[in-house]
Amino acid sequence: MVRIGVVGLGKMGISHLAILGANRAAQVTALCDENGLVLDVLAGYTEAKKFKKYEQMLQSGLVDAVLIATPPALHEPMVRAALEHGIAVFCEKPFMLGWREAEALSALADERGLVNQVGYHNRFVGTFAEVKRLLDAGALGRVTHARAEAYGPVVLKQKGSTWRSRATQGGGCLYDYAAHPLNLLTWYFGAPSGVSGSMRRSIFSADADDEVYSTLHFANGPSAHLSVNWSDESQRKMTTSVTLWGENGNLFADRQELRLFLRKPVPGLDGYDTGWSLRDTTQLTPTVDYYLRGEEYSAQLDHFIDTVARRGSANRSSFRSAAETDRAIEMIVKDAA
Amino acid sequence: MNAPFRKSDLRQPRVLDPLVFGDNQFFGVNHASESKAREQLIRFSTDEAIIEVLDAAYAEGIRAFMCTTHDRIAAICEHVRANPGRYEGFKFYPSMPYAHKYANAVTDLGMMGAMQKFLPNDNLFGTMLRGVASVATKDIGGMAKLLVDAEMKMFKGLDTPVIFLQNVVVDLLLGLNATPLLRAFADHVRERYDAEPGFITMNLTRLLPALEKAGVHRPVVCANINKAGFRMSGGIEAYLAALRNSDAQVMAMSVFASGAIPAEEAIAWIADVPNVQSVVFGASSRTNIARTSALAAKYLEHAA
Repeated sequence: MVRIGVVGLGKMGISHLAILGANRAAQVTALCDENGLVLDVLAGYTEAKKFKKYEQMLQSGLVDAVLIATPPALHEPMVRAALEHGIAVFCEKPFMLGWREAEALSALADERGLVNQVGYHNRFVGTFAEVKRLLDAGALGRVTHARAEAYGPVVLKQKGSTWRSRATQGGGCLYDYAAHPLNLLTWYFGAPSGVSGSMRRSIFSADADDEVYSTLHFANGPSAHLSVNWSDESQRKMTTSVTLWGENGNLFADRQELRLFLRKPVPGLDGYDTGWSLRDTTQLTPTVDYYLRGEEYSAQLDHFIDTVARRGSANRSSFRSAAETDRAIEMIVKDAA
Repeated sequence: MNAPFRKSDLRQPRVLDPLVFGDNQFFGVNHASESKAREQLIRFSTDEAIIEVLDAAYAEGIRAFMCTTHDRIAAICEHVRANPGRYEGFKFYPSMPYAHKYANAVTDLGMMGAMQKFLPNDNLFGTMLRGVASVATKDIGGMAKLLVDAEMKMFKGLDTPVIFLQNVVVDLLLGLNATPLLRAFADHVRERYDAEPGFITMNLTRLLPALEKAGVHRPVVCANINKAGFRMSGGIEAYLAALRNSDAQVMAMSVFASGAIPAEEAIAWIADVPNVQSVVFGASSRTNIARTSALAAKYLEHAA
């Protein structure tokens, strides 16, 4: 049984808490939030010990792992403190506000041999994982260009009162939304070697960007266009997609479906013939034990708990991979300045 | 322990219609394709387009419409209220809340900000005071009642024999072990609306014992039940075992697994699943409604 503490009981923290509550290999033994109200409300339903001070939770001896779902500006000291106490860490995205901090914490986690993961849940979405498999099998041949997009209806008028509306706190469309398609690009092609033509613009927000566009360059790899807008009311909810072009064909994937066009079949890729192949989430998504908002949210935590329980090291969304995303974000910040 | 339960054991009148029309197609919900969802959103951008399909369902003998408390449903309710002669016996099964509205508000305003935004503020001073008092005293049950009442306003004067709580809320409370709140919802719906409380879930095998433990007896539950095992958490075998031993009134959704299963195969299969009383489905054309309706008549017990 992995004993885990959850810190930061906002939207993501509460969602993770429910998923962990249903995970039979995990036991939530501690909760931490500076807002006593949320703690009090949850108190009636859990045996977990409540902490207002994070340091006390780490020192309590009650947790083997922590899940950090606080605002991004608090991630650095919290992740560091947990690692220094020898505690495995699952941290929400965006990971760090600077990529050097991300690199340093990645190194610290590796040095201590501690399981580390960042909540880039798209890596646990069936379609996006299938894209990774197809690319690793060389389905598209040499990939020449990628388009990564995300649109959603978050900021639709002039206001905003939380950290998400302040770019300096890790809010804004780039950190909060664009991080997802960027993370897919770095999963598929590694860290970018450079970016150009970046724009971060406000549509409604006073202190943050609502739309982000950039061209990314990957050494010996494709070029990529990033297009992200979280003030798009035509979207029902966040929609993330990637479109890739290669010498042997092209593909499109979002959370629901994957459309692949192959010029010629690829040895070892059964079921994908010349021409169009369509797959959807009903075929590509393994059933989870407990479902809340999407299989990927459960799958990523199952993966984390399982890795901690096995004392494993491999992780599908490690600090190191998140540091590549943080680095791409920082490049865009500088390029757009 | 409950004895194994069979359809023939039902002593109480069944509350669910055997075939229920859903609303996913109207609001761009498609589990298999974002582009199909978009096409449907465009097609159903006017209330008239929605009403035309609802009328087709009515003409095919369907009398129950399960709908989210989406803002646009208010206009449909208004239309049905204004034309009572055309919709005799027509029932709404509201399912609340329309969660994206709240989730986006929480992202934008934070947890408490969102709560304050959605608590009723219709100048009824007392309601507001109760809302403020609920926030201040952390009376989540009290707040939940106010939110239910706010969502139910659009259905005033219409027949709502079953009122559902959406899966995102049911499953969240289930994961948090906050099952007394499920009970509070059930009690409020029964007392205030004289309706049966319904629970939509993606975790049927966990929900059934939790409801029983919370004292919600013979609950109406709605879950994905399909031959492909799509979104049946814990697996299809566990679902079938749970259904066999339950006294719940079960409505199956995603019976076609978003088109992954041919229609006749899907309905024939669901007809043999123990304790399924009802099937909810969505369609955008009269042809498809008629086809599903005919299959239901052929395979489902009690269907027209």
